Amino acid sequence: MTVAETDGAIQLISPSVLQGHKDNKPYFATVLGFSLPGAEVGVLAERLIAGAVHDALVCALERCRILPPSKIYIDGLRSMGGHFMSEKTEITRRRVIKSGAAAAAAAGATPYFFSRAFADGHGYRNAPKGDTVTFGFNVPQTGAYADEGADELRAYELAVEHINAGGGGMLDTFSSKVLKGGVNGKKVAFVTGDTQTKSDAARASAKRMIENDGAIMITGGSSSGVAIAVQGLCQEAGVIFMAGLTHSNDTTGKDKRANGFRHFFNTEMTGSALAPVLESNFGKDRTAYHLTADYTWGWSQEGSIKKYTENLGWKTAAAVRTPLGAGDFSSFITPVLDSGADVLVLNHYGKDMVNSLTQAVQFGLRGKQVNGKDFAIVVPLYSRLMAQGAGENVKGIYGSTNWHWSLSDEGSKAFVKSFGTKYGFPPSQAAHTTYCQAILYADACQRAGTFMPSEVGKALEGFKFDGLGNGPTEYRAEDHQCFKDVLVVKGKENPSSKFDVLEVVEVTPRAQVEYKADLLGGELGPYNNG
Amino acid sequence: MAAALSKSKDWILFVGFSAVILLLPWILAPIGAGYPDLLQKIAIFGIFAIGFNILFGLTGYLSFGHAAFIGVGSYMSLWSFKLLTMNVLPAMIFSVALAGLFAFAIGYVSLRRSGIYFSILTLAFAQMSYNLAYSVLTPLTNGETGLQTRAIRTNPETSLLDGDIRIIDQALGVQELGVPTTNFFGLSMSGMSGFYFCAILLIICFFIAQRLTNSNFGMMLKAIKSNQNRLNYTGIHTRPYLIAAFVISGMYAGLAGSLMAVTDPIAGAERMQWTASGEVVLMTILGGVGTLIGPVVGASLIKYAEQKVSSWNEGILSSFFDFLPETLQHFMVSVSSLFVGESWHTTLGVLFMVVVIFLPGGLMEGFRRIIERVTGGKKSAKPGAVESGARAPQPAE
Amino acid sequence: MDAIFLQILNGLDKGGAYALIALGLTLVFGTLGVVNFAHGALFMLGAFCAVTLNRLLNVSYEQVSETEKDFLGNPLKEQVPYLQGWLGEDMGSFLLDYSVPLSIIMAIVVMGIVGVVMERGLIRHFYKRPHADQILVTFGLAIVIGELIRHYYGANPIPQSAPSAVSGAANVGAWVGLGNNVIYPWWRLVYFAFSAVVIFGVFAFLQFTTFGMVVRAGMQDRETVGLLGINIQQKFTIVFALAAIVAGVAGAMYTPILPPDYNMGMDFLVLSFVVVVVGGMGSLGGAVLAGFLLGILQSFASMSVVQNALPGIAQIIVYLVAVIVLLTLPRGLMGRKGVMED
Repeated sequence: MTVAETDGAIQLISPSVLQGHKDNKPYFATVLGFSLPGAEVGVLAERLIAGAVHDALVCALERCRILPPSKIYIDGLRSMGGHFMSEKTEITRRRVIKSGAAAAAAAGATPYFFSRAFADGHGYRNAPKGDTVTFGFNVPQTGAYADEGADELRAYELAVEHINAGGGGMLDTFSSKVLKGGVNGKKVAFVTGDTQTKSDAARASAKRMIENDGAIMITGGSSSGVAIAVQGLCQEAGVIFMAGLTHSNDTTGKDKRANGFRHFFNTEMTGSALAPVLESNFGKDRTAYHLTADYTWGWSQEGSIKKYTENLGWKTAAAVRTPLGAGDFSSFITPVLDSGADVLVLNHYGKDMVNSLTQAVQFGLRGKQVNGKDFAIVVPLYSRLMAQGAGENVKGIYGSTNWHWSLSDEGSKAFVKSFGTKYGFPPSQAAHTTYCQAILYADACQRAGTFMPSEVGKALEGFKFDGLGNGPTEYRAEDHQCFKDVLVVKGKENPSSKFDVLEVVEVTPRAQVEYKADLLGGELGPYNNG
Repeated sequence: MAAALSKSKDWILFVGFSAVILLLPWILAPIGAGYPDLLQKIAIFGIFAIGFNILFGLTGYLSFGHAAFIGVGSYMSLWSFKLLTMNVLPAMIFSVALAGLFAFAIGYVSLRRSGIYFSILTLAFAQMSYNLAYSVLTPLTNGETGLQTRAIRTNPETSLLDGDIRIIDQALGVQELGVPTTNFFGLSMSGMSGFYFCAILLIICFFIAQRLTNSNFGMMLKAIKSNQNRLNYTGIHTRPYLIAAFVISGMYAGLAGSLMAVTDPIAGAERMQWTASGEVVLMTILGGVGTLIGPVVGASLIKYAEQKVSSWNEGILSSFFDFLPETLQHFMVSVSSLFVGESWHTTLGVLFMVVVIFLPGGLMEGFRRIIERVTGGKKSAKPGAVESGARAPQPAE
Repeated sequence: MDAIFLQILNGLDKGGAYALIALGLTLVFGTLGVVNFAHGALFMLGAFCAVTLNRLLNVSYEQVSETEKDFLGNPLKEQVPYLQGWLGEDMGSFLLDYSVPLSIIMAIVVMGIVGVVMERGLIRHFYKRPHADQILVTFGLAIVIGELIRHYYGANPIPQSAPSAVSGAANVGAWVGLGNNVIYPWWRLVYFAFSAVVIFGVFAFLQFTTFGMVVRAGMQDRETVGLLGINIQQKFTIVFALAAIVAGVAGAMYTPILPPDYNMGMDFLVLSFVVVVVGGMGSLGGAVLAGFLLGILQSFASMSVVQNALPGIAQIIVYLVAVIVLLTLPRGLMGRKGVMED
C-alpha cells in the first residue's frame, strides 16, 4: 500500500485522537484507548471505517503507529479487507480484490489473529499479575565480556534494591522523584539470561525471559551486534528494550526501533567529543593510522573518527582491518612504524583493545618520534575494566568514556558510594549505564502509570532529567538516544589505586556532540505492545 | 520373521517418537521448558543432529564443519524472505538445495581424505566461511549485526540489507505494515504454531533417517564404518556413498538453518563458528552415536542447559535452598553456583566427561542398561531402542 | 624491505608459539595415539602459572596510608608486598620484575604434576577408545579447566609485564644494516630464542637419550616395543608430562606478548590442530616446520598491500594453507603413512 493516496499527513494528536486530511478535508477518528485488547481492535477498526474513510484508517495505522507492526498488524488489515467488502465502499474495492487472495489465505490464520499476548486482557504482553513485576537482565555471563556482564548484573541488582526501597544510590539524586518504593504499586523481581555475546544466544535467552518468565522489559548487552539483535526481537515481541553497553551508531541509527532505548553514547559522539581534544594536544598537522576490528562496530568507529579528524586537517595514512580476536597484533603494528603516520588509532574494544594496545606499546610506539613530533596512540572507546590490567600501557593515552567513577557530581558520588559499599570496588561504565537504564525505565512506568510499552515509551520520549551522573540529559524522542555530556579521558600518569586508571581531561558539553536526528538514517516505526 | 519383527519395532519406535515430540510442550512444562522458543530450538537442533548422525553415526566420518551448512541455510532463507516472499516454503526449498550444493562442493574435496585429515578439512572450510561472513562478505551477510528482514523499501537507492523488495508478495498484493513475520500460507511461524511446524518436519526427517538407516544405502554406509578397506578390495567405490551421505546430512543442516530463520528471521555469522560445529558433535555423542533417538535427546539436553541452567542465578539458588539453615544454605549456594548460572559451561563439561567415561554409547546406552536391569534380562542383545547398536569400542590405530 | 624483514620476525615469533604447542600435541598423537583437545588448556594453564606467581609474589599486608584516600573517601589501605618486607625493597622488586621468567620453574613443576595426574587419571583409560571419545572427553576437560580459571581469575585478560631490562624495543635494523627505523621488542626476541632452545632441547632429548630412543621406537610401533618387555606405560606418562610442560612453559613465557585469559586455550586449540595436521600427524619436525610456515604466512597476509589485493585473506590464510597442503600432500608436510587415518 502506498501512502501517496492521502495528500495530507495523518498524525497522532494524542494517544486517543487521529487526525488526517483527504482532498483537503480533515478527518478525525477517536480511538478508544491507545492499544486495545485483541478482540476490541477489530471493533476499533469497524468504528473507524464507519466513521471516516478507509484511507484515513490505512494511513493512520501506517503512519501514526497506532497498531503494533508484525503479523497482528497485517492480519488485522487483511481481515479488515473483508469489512470493506461488506461496506461496499467503492474506493476500496479495487484494492480489496487485489489482496483477496492473501485475505483468503489469511482466513485460516484468523484464530491467531490478535490472540498472541492479550489473553490476560490487559492489552499488552506480560502485563504483571500479582504484586510483582519482572525485569529481564540479559548480560554476557560467559565469553570474553563476562566480567563486564557480571558488573552489569551487580548494577541491576543494586538498582532493583533501590527501586524497591524507593531510595538509595543515584535514586536519591535523580531529578524525577516519583518512585516511592516499587513501581506502580508492585515490587520489582528479575530474571537473568546469558547472551554469551552471540546474537543467537542473546535472542534465545531474551525469548525465554519473555515467553517463559513473563519479563515486561529486557535490558543489558555488551556489544552492538547483540544489542541490535535483541532490540529487534523486543520490537517483535512487544516489550521495551533498554540497551546496555552498545556504542555503534546503528543501535539508535539505521537499526533503531520504537521499543528500544539507549542511554550509552555512540561513535558519532565519541568522534565529535574527541576531535577538539586531539587538536589541542596534537595540533592540526597529523597523520593517523587506523587499526580497526573487522566488523560493524569497528567500521562505525573508524568512520566517525576519520570524519572528525579529517575535518581538523589530519590525514589518514591507512586504515587496516584486523580479524576479531586476532590475539597477536604484531604483524599489523609493524607496518605502522614506517608508514609515516604519527598517530595510531586503535578501533578495538575488549580483549582486542588490551592486546593491541599492550603490543603497540611494546613495539615502542609510545615515546617514538615521527616527523619531529611525539608519536601518539588513541583508543576512542575506553573500557576501564579492560584497561585496568593494562596498567602501565594506558598512561597518557586519550579516549572517551560514557562515565567514570571519579566524577565528583552528587549523582556519581552517591552511586559509587552505594555500589562500592556493597561490592567493595567502584562501578564500571557498563554498570553505570545499566543502573541508569533500570532506574529510567522504572521511573517512566511510574510516570505513565502503566507498564504498557507504548505508554512507557511516550513517557521516556523527550524526557529531561538530571542527577544520574552525566549532568542534564535528554532522551531524544526522534531516535530514543540519550544526549548528554561526553567524557574525554586519558590514561592516568600517577594512579593512586588499581581502579584509578583514567583521568577525565574534558567534559565535552552536550551541544557539541549533538547531531540531527536524521543524520544516521533508520526509522523508529510504531510501538508494539505485543 | 526377524525382518518382520524389526519392521514392527521400527514402527513402534517411529510412532512413539512422534507422540513424544508432539506432546513435548506438556512433557517439558513441569521443568519450566514448555515455552515456544526452547521447543523450537529442540526440534531444530534435533533435525541438525539427526542429519549429522547420518554422516558420523553411520560412516564414522567426523565432520567439524557442519555449522557452515546451518549458516548457508539461514542466510539463503533470509534472502528469500527479503527478495521473494515471507512464505517459508520457497525459503526452505532454496536453503536445502543450496546447502546441498555447498555440501557437495565441500564434501567432494574433503572426502578425498579420511580420519582426522577429513575433520580438519571440514573445519577449515567452515572457519573460512565464518571468517568471511563476519567481515568481507558483509554486503551479503550484514556481518556482526546479522541479516534481518525489513520493511519494503520505498527508495530504490536503499541497500537491500536495509530495505526489502519481496517480489512475489508485492505481485500478489499482500499488504504489509512495518516488518512482517514469516508464515506458511498464512500460518504464523512464531510461537507454538512455529514449534508444531518444526516438530512435524522433525518427525518427517526422523522417518527419512530411519528408512535410510535400514536401506541398502544405510548398510553400505555402516560397512564403510566397520571396514572401508575391505569394501575397496571387493571393488566397491565407497566415495559416491560417502559423498551422498555428506550431502544428505548437509541438507539436513541446511533445513535446520532455514528453520532457525523461519522461526526467528535473523541470521548471524556466529552460527557458522567451529564451536557451533562442535556443539552438534557433542549433542550426537551425548545422546548416543549411531542411534536414531540419541541425537535428539542430546540436542534437547544441551539446549535445555543453555537456556535454563544458565538462568539459575544466586537469587534462585537461595530460594531453592531456603529450607536449609542459613550457613548450610550459603554453603550449598556457593557450591552449586560453581555449576549453574554463569558457570553452566562447567556442568556441560563435566556431563560430557561423565558420559564419555562411563557411558561410551551415550545416554541411549544408559537407558538401555537401565531397561535391561529392570527387565532383568540379557535377552536383548540388540534392543529396539538402540537402532543399529551402540558403537562397540574400537582400538585406536 | 624493512617491512618484509619485520614481518619475517613477527612470523618467527608467532611460529615459535605455534610450534611449541604443536610439538606437545603431535608428541602425544605419535606415541600415545591420543587426540588431546585439552592441550590448548594446558597452554593456558601455563600462562596462568605466570599470573599466579606474580600474585603470590605480590601477596601483601595492608598499611593504612596517612595521606591517600581510596575511592570511597576512606583512608587508603596501601598494599605492601611481604616480599619487600622480608627481602628488602631491592630484592623484592627484583623478584617481582622477573616474575615471568621465574614462572618457568613454577610452570615446569605444576604442569609436570598436571600432566602426570591427567595421564594417570584420565588419558590412560582412553588409549583404546575411538578418537571421537578422546576428543570429547578432553574437550569436556578443557571446558572445565577453563571455567575453573574463570571462576578464580575472571574473564578479562590479565597483562603481565616483561622484566624491565628487556621490556623496551631493540634496534634490530642497526644489527643487520637496515637503518634505525627497524625496531623490535626485546621480549619477542627473547621468546623466539626461548622457543628455539626448547625445540632443540626436546629434539636432543628424544635423539640422544635411551628414553628418547624408546619413545621414538614407540612412535614407530607401539606394540612391538611393548612386547620387548619395556614398561611402555610409564614411558607414556613421562611423554605426556613432557608435552604438558612444553605447552606450559610456552604459555608462561607468552604472557607478556598476549595477556592471558581463560579462553586462550580454545583460541589456540584450533590453530594448533591445523599446525599439527599440516605438519603431518605424529611428525615432530613437521609440527615445527608447519608452525613457522603458518606464522610467517599469517604475518605476510596481514600486510595492507596483500590485504588490498585479496580482501579478507588475513582471516582465512591459515585454513587456506591447510586445505591446499592436505589436498596436495595427503599426510601433511612430513607425515607418515597410516597415522590417524581412520
